[in-house]
Amino acid sequence: MIQTNKKRLYEQFDWFILLLLLLLCGIGILTIYSATRPAIESVHPNFYIKQAVWVGCGLIALIFVVFIDYSFLRTIAYPSYIIGLAILLFVLVAGQGKMGARRWLNLGFISFQPTEFFRLIFIVALAKYLSSFKGLMTMRNFAFAVFAFAIPPFILIMKQPDLGSGLILIILFVMIVLARGIEKKFLIQMVITCIIVVPIFGSIVFGHLKEYQRNRIIAFIDSEADPQGIGYQIEQSRITIGSGMVTGKGYLKGTQGPLRFLPEKHTDFIFSVFAEEWGFLGVTVVFMLYFLLFMRGIDTSLKAKDDFGKMIAIGLTFMLFIYFTINTGMVLGIMPVVGVPLPFISYGGTTLIANFMTIGLLINIRMRRLGLLY
Amino acid sequence: MNKHYFERFIKFSIYFIGLIFSLYTIRLYYLQILHGSELNLASNMNRVKVLSVPAPRGIIYDRNKIALVKNKSYFSVSLLPVSTNIDIKGLSELLSIDQTVLAAKIKNGLNFLNPIILKDGLFFEDIAKIEAKRSDFPGLIIETNITRDYIHDNLMAHVIGYLGKPIQSQLDDPLNDNNITKDTLIGKWGVERLYNSTLMGTAGKRIVEVDAFGKVLRVLKFELPIKGRDLILSIDINAQIAAENDFKGRSGALVAINPNNGEILSLVSLPSFRPADFTLGINPKIWSKLNSDKSFPLLNRALQSAFPPGSIFKTIDSIAGIEEGVINSSFSVFCNGERHLGNHSYGCWRKGGHGTVAFPRGLEESCDLFYYEVGNRLGIDRIEKYAKLFGLGEKTGLQLSGESAGIVPGKQWKRKALHDSWYLGETLITAIGQGYLTITPIQAANMAAMIASNGKSYPLTLLKGPENIKPKRDLSIHAETFRKVKEAMLEVVHSPRGTAHSIYTPDIAIAGKTGTAQVVKGRTDTNKQARETKDHAWFIAFAPAETPEIALSVFIEHGGHGGSAAAPIALDVIKAYLKPKADEKQEAAPKNASDLKDQQDNKEDEDDSD
Repeated sequence: MIQTNKKRLYEQFDWFILLLLLLLCGIGILTIYSATRPAIESVHPNFYIKQAVWVGCGLIALIFVVFIDYSFLRTIAYPSYIIGLAILLFVLVAGQGKMGARRWLNLGFISFQPTEFFRLIFIVALAKYLSSFKGLMTMRNFAFAVFAFAIPPFILIMKQPDLGSGLILIILFVMIVLARGIEKKFLIQMVITCIIVVPIFGSIVFGHLKEYQRNRIIAFIDSEADPQGIGYQIEQSRITIGSGMVTGKGYLKGTQGPLRFLPEKHTDFIFSVFAEEWGFLGVTVVFMLYFLLFMRGIDTSLKAKDDFGKMIAIGLTFMLFIYFTINTGMVLGIMPVVGVPLPFISYGGTTLIANFMTIGLLINIRMRRLGLLY
Repeated sequence: MNKHYFERFIKFSIYFIGLIFSLYTIRLYYLQILHGSELNLASNMNRVKVLSVPAPRGIIYDRNKIALVKNKSYFSVSLLPVSTNIDIKGLSELLSIDQTVLAAKIKNGLNFLNPIILKDGLFFEDIAKIEAKRSDFPGLIIETNITRDYIHDNLMAHVIGYLGKPIQSQLDDPLNDNNITKDTLIGKWGVERLYNSTLMGTAGKRIVEVDAFGKVLRVLKFELPIKGRDLILSIDINAQIAAENDFKGRSGALVAINPNNGEILSLVSLPSFRPADFTLGINPKIWSKLNSDKSFPLLNRALQSAFPPGSIFKTIDSIAGIEEGVINSSFSVFCNGERHLGNHSYGCWRKGGHGTVAFPRGLEESCDLFYYEVGNRLGIDRIEKYAKLFGLGEKTGLQLSGESAGIVPGKQWKRKALHDSWYLGETLITAIGQGYLTITPIQAANMAAMIASNGKSYPLTLLKGPENIKPKRDLSIHAETFRKVKEAMLEVVHSPRGTAHSIYTPDIAIAGKTGTAQVVKGRTDTNKQARETKDHAWFIAFAPAETPEIALSVFIEHGGHGGSAAAPIALDVIKAYLKPKADEKQEAAPKNASDLKDQQDNKEDEDDSD
């Protein structure tokens, strides 16, 4: 009986989402290879090889995640969440920084950004709480969620400071809470409160931002204001994307990245490099892949066997969607420049492994949607 | 969990995701399809830069093909704007630039993608030191450029002129086919300006691919510059050197013309400037010094300044007098040194008078009373007419900048300029080249050339072998008139009584006329005058008198007497110009004329005449 169930379980493995994931990672490695081409004959930086290694590590992490029944996560959700918060606090004390932000944790043999993994723990913990009661959320449920799951990590992340991750966490929190459902009467009250509170809160946050963060917002509003700074990035990204035209300049024919006109070419702005070389048609294909991925995530959420699974799946899907939306919105020049990578394509080990674990969890939840035991 | 709510929420989420994808696709369509070609161009403009390769300017030669101005390489030290961690202190020591100036230069330059030029105009010896330490300063580059090499330093500075960066209107000129950029050096003065388009050539282009920091990655296309065409001037360097040496620091001008075709053989204006000071952007200190200098070194006196001609104008009186029948065999004037008219007294330069004076003695000895009477009989209208026939009162048309026309006064002129009628006394002083009458040294030379060529006037040119040598004017004055005047001018030098006898040499038959133009009214002892009020010295001459090959004017500002100050310069210039020719002709013949000449030199006397 157990054998049969196990066999049926593997039949439920979501090969489709894995295929989408690997396609996007492949596109990522190829684009990193092109973006980091040296302008003149010299050594090709090995970013693309590292990324391939990370994809391999990611696959191992994915398999690992798939084989632990996500129901088990329910038991470790809260302790993990508290440990996660502790690590975030530790980062503030012992973390290593770039541009004045402490985001990296060095464990001697490896350094990584704990925030990336914290997001997963955050989603699981929040999902556990939101699936612990029946019916729509009451004021009391909401207040608890805000004080237990939104404010502590938000403060810790903003302290690093990591404006992008902090905002994403809040947006994610709001979307998950909305997915869970709030009583109508209370929802209306909350919207009104937000309309009043957010501008005040926003201006306080803006006042406490580091100068480069403020510049990003200013530059987004008026990109002509400083052509060599952040506005320059936006302008160069616009040129890079636009110059791809319908069919693109061709693979390895892009100029903006290798000639260093486009900053962050293999990380945050990799989408522009892809758009330059593959044009409107290429980007449309990539958009399709992402769209299918998000739809698969939502479908997984709909089909999950329990509320816990539903909440995790929708949270993870939204998380990927927010990353995608902010990153592409930024490079397309319709969102402020926030240092957010494009999932699966941007260079970066921590994010990539976290994203593989995300997909692993989605596969995990989908596999066990039929309530089979083993 | 409320299943119904969740499903509704999911549906809404799908719409929302769909909406985001639609918006982004529209934005993508906007960037890549609607604005694609424009942004594609922008990406090419990012990486492709057209660098202008300056064309070497044409070389300027004298009439004997001796180079006057050549080209030479120089170096400039620049910094690529990538380099942020620059050791300003070390760099300032290496380049010997003030630290704050250097830091400001680098700070300003970092906003641009082009290399920041730190120091310009360096030559081999300077560059060796910098090259040795270049590796200490990443991003420091040394570039080669071409500049002018003024072989003879400030010789004929006003003829050669100088170069400079173009002004905005020159860049905006519709005729400028992008050959002139803001860094192109163009002629600003002299023949460098006049023949700029000939000399300049066509700039080449280096089309290069650069990265975001302006670093050149590869050359996509190279169009060689086309060197400017060389220029052979009509100037004779020997005559020019002789002339400039003879001025010995005095201010003045000299113009020598070939009377047979209008070639300018020599053109001097002193004091002058060093053209080399201008080429790499003039040092503000030198510029303000040149501008505030009381001796006006930037003024081309040969054609920008007009002065009273003094007695050299008596040649025109003589031609007019003979041609009009005023001076004839029976015409003579008794000179007692003074002529009275109304309450005024008009003196002769010789206080004791010349006694009875007729032609040609009147011209030889430059008797003022003789010419008062000639002027009186001719009347101002005829004096004005003849002056204008010889090109006075109008520009000669040599296209160097700022030529003055001078003034030939007349009744109409006076009414217009001074709203007054003409007085006889004014006719008298005009006849001796004083009063309102002013002429430029180049007009004086042109006048001498017209007398030398019996009234023919050619368009003046600074180029050798002018294409159009038809006279632009040929006066219908009798050859006999010219013969008489020329003979009298020969006597000015040859006759022991002549005012320029001091420069007599049996080698060359020189015909001339001295002039001493008053700066202040009233004749006083020249030697006691302060420099600023001292008379101007003039001399016009042509030689050889029979078949003139050179006609010239010499003008020395506050130089005193024409005969003693100006005439010796003319002699040296004539010798310098004619001697190499004479040597060619008589290469085989023994030279025995030099002994005779020495004897004559010893006989020079300090004749106080004009």
